[in-house]
Amino acid sequence: MAAERNFNQISCGWNVFISVIMILVSLLIVLPLILVVIISFTSPESIVANGYSFFPSEFSLAAYKNLAKTGTQIINSYKVTIFYSLVGTFLSLFIMSMFAYVLAQKRFPIRRFLTIYTFITMLFSGGLVPSYMLNVRYLHLDDTIWVLILPGLVNAFHVIILRTFIQTSIPDSLFEAAIIDGATDYAIYFKIVLPLSKAGLATIGLFGLVARWNNWFTGMLYIDNPKLVPLQTLLQKIQRNIEFIKMNAEIADTAGGLELLRSMPTESTRMAITVIATVPILFAYPFFQRYFIKGLTIGSVKG
Amino acid sequence: MQKHSKAAHIMKRLNFKKHHALYIIALPAVLLLFVFSYIPMFGLVMAFQDLNIAKGIFGSEFISLKNFEFLFSTTDAWVITRNTVSYNVIFILLNMFLAVLLSILLNELHSKILAKTLQTIFIMPHFLSMTIVSIIVFSLLSVNSGYLNRLLMALGYDKVNWYMEPKYWPFILVAVNTWKGVGYQAVVYLASISNISDEYYEVAVIEGASKLKQAWYITLPHLKAIISIMLILSVGGIFRADFGLFYTVPQDSGALYPVTDVIDTYIYRSLTTLNNAGMATAAGLYQSIVGFILVLISNKVVSRISPENAVF
Repeated sequence: MAAERNFNQISCGWNVFISVIMILVSLLIVLPLILVVIISFTSPESIVANGYSFFPSEFSLAAYKNLAKTGTQIINSYKVTIFYSLVGTFLSLFIMSMFAYVLAQKRFPIRRFLTIYTFITMLFSGGLVPSYMLNVRYLHLDDTIWVLILPGLVNAFHVIILRTFIQTSIPDSLFEAAIIDGATDYAIYFKIVLPLSKAGLATIGLFGLVARWNNWFTGMLYIDNPKLVPLQTLLQKIQRNIEFIKMNAEIADTAGGLELLRSMPTESTRMAITVIATVPILFAYPFFQRYFIKGLTIGSVKG
Repeated sequence: MQKHSKAAHIMKRLNFKKHHALYIIALPAVLLLFVFSYIPMFGLVMAFQDLNIAKGIFGSEFISLKNFEFLFSTTDAWVITRNTVSYNVIFILLNMFLAVLLSILLNELHSKILAKTLQTIFIMPHFLSMTIVSIIVFSLLSVNSGYLNRLLMALGYDKVNWYMEPKYWPFILVAVNTWKGVGYQAVVYLASISNISDEYYEVAVIEGASKLKQAWYITLPHLKAIISIMLILSVGGIFRADFGLFYTVPQDSGALYPVTDVIDTYIYRSLTTLNNAGMATAAGLYQSIVGFILVLISNKVVSRISPENAVF
C-alpha cells in the first residue's frame, strides 16, 4: 500500500514548490490576524509615532491592564455572550434532535408533510422587516435575552442534516426491535437516538455555538440595554462610534468631542477586545476539528 | 355527513392514539418554525401597506403597489441589484476555482503534518465574525495608522483615504470574502477528495497518466456532485448578500455606497435610518421571490444535466 502511494507521489521538486506556495498562502491568511494581536500589545505612543506595525518600537500591556481596570461593560458582555451561546445551543440541539428523530421515522404518518414544511423555510423567508415587526411589536422580545435565544432555535438546514445523520447511522431494525420490546418513543429518543448520534450532535453543536458567539447583528438590531449587549455587538458599537466621531471633524474639534474621543478605548484597547473576543472560538476549534470535518461530509449528503 | 367522514378519515390517518408521543416530540420545533419562519412570511403583506411600526400590521393602511413604485422609480433598485448579483457571481466563481485548486494541491503534499497544519490555518477565518474581520481590515486600511498606508508612505507614495474612495472597494470586498471563505470550501472539497478510492489512481498510474490528467479525469469528475450541490445552494442565494461584509467591513461609509450598497444593507437602512419600513419590506419581498425562482431554476438545470445531483 505504502509503495503504491509513493508510486503516485509528485516529485520532490514539485513537493517543495507546492509546499512553499501553500505556506505563503497560509501566511497571507494568518498575518492580518497576527497584526491585530501585535497592535493590542503595542504602546499608544508607538502607534502615534509609527502607526500599526509588525515590529513596534515599544511593547506594552497597557491595553489589557486598561481592560481589566475599566472593563465592567466588557466583562458583562462576555457573560451575556457565554450565557446565550451555551443555553441557545443546548436548547437548539435538544429541540432539533427530537424533531430530526421524528422525521427519520418511516412509521410517522405526516413525516413527508413535516419534511416539506421544514424545507420550505430554507427556500423562502419573510425577511428582516416582518421578523423585526413580529419580535418587537407583537412578541415584545426587544431588549430581552430571549431575542438572542428564541428566533434561532430551529435551523431547517441543521434539522435536515441531523435527520440524514440519524437515518444513515441508526438502522431501522433497531427502532423496530425497541418498539417490539415495548419502549416508548421518549425512551427511544433518550436511550437510542441521543447516544448514537453524538458525532452529528457535536458537529451541529459546534456550528450553532460559533454562529451564536459571532452574532453581532441581533444585538445591534434589538438590544439597547447595556446589561444585555453581547460581546460582538459591543465591539461593533465601539468601532462605529470612534469612526463616526473621527469622520465628523466638526464634532471631534469641539471640546465635548475631544472629551468623548478621550473617553473611548484607545486603538490598542480595541484590538485587545478583538483578541479576547476571538481567542475562545479559535482555541475551541482544534478540539472540534475532527467533528467539524466529519460534519462537512455529513452536510454534503443530500437531504 | 360527507364532511364528517372526511374529517374522521384524516383523524384516522394521523393516528394520534398510536403516535401521540411522536407528535409531542415534534411539537416544539414545529411551533418555533411556525412562529419565527411562517408568520413573517404572512407579514410580507406589509409590502403593500403604508407601514407604521407603531400602528402595526393591522393598523397600517393598504396602498397597493406604491412601495414598489417608489423602490423602482429611483436608480437605487438597479444599483443594489447590480451590486448584489455581480459581487455574488464573482465570489462564487472565484472561491470555487481557488478552493478546488487549493484542495487538490493540499492533497498532493508529501508531509501529512504540514497538510493538516495548513488546513487548520486555512479554515481559521471562517470562525471569525464580520465585526472582527472589519477590525482586521481596519488595521490594514486605517488612514493614519493603517499598515497599507504606512507601507505606501515608506515606498514614497501618498496616503490613500481608503474609506472614502469607492474605486478600490470592489477589489477589497472580493479579497476579504475570499480570505474568509476559501479555506472552508477547500476543506469541504478535500474531505470528498479523500473519499475517492485509491484504485482509480493506481489504474491511472499503470496507464501512465500524469498528475494533471489524473486531476482532470479522476479528481474533478468525483468532485462534480459536491460542486453542483454547493453551486445550487449559492446560486439560490445570489440575491442575498452577506450583510456583515457589506455593512461593517466598509464601516458603513456613505461615500462608498455606490459600490458597497447591496439589497440587504439597503433594507436595513430603509428600516433603521430612513424609517421606511414599507419600502424595506417591498425590497425584502422582491429579494425573496427572485431568490426563490433562482433556486428552482438552478435545481432544474442541475437535474437536467445530472439528475442524481439535484437537491430536490
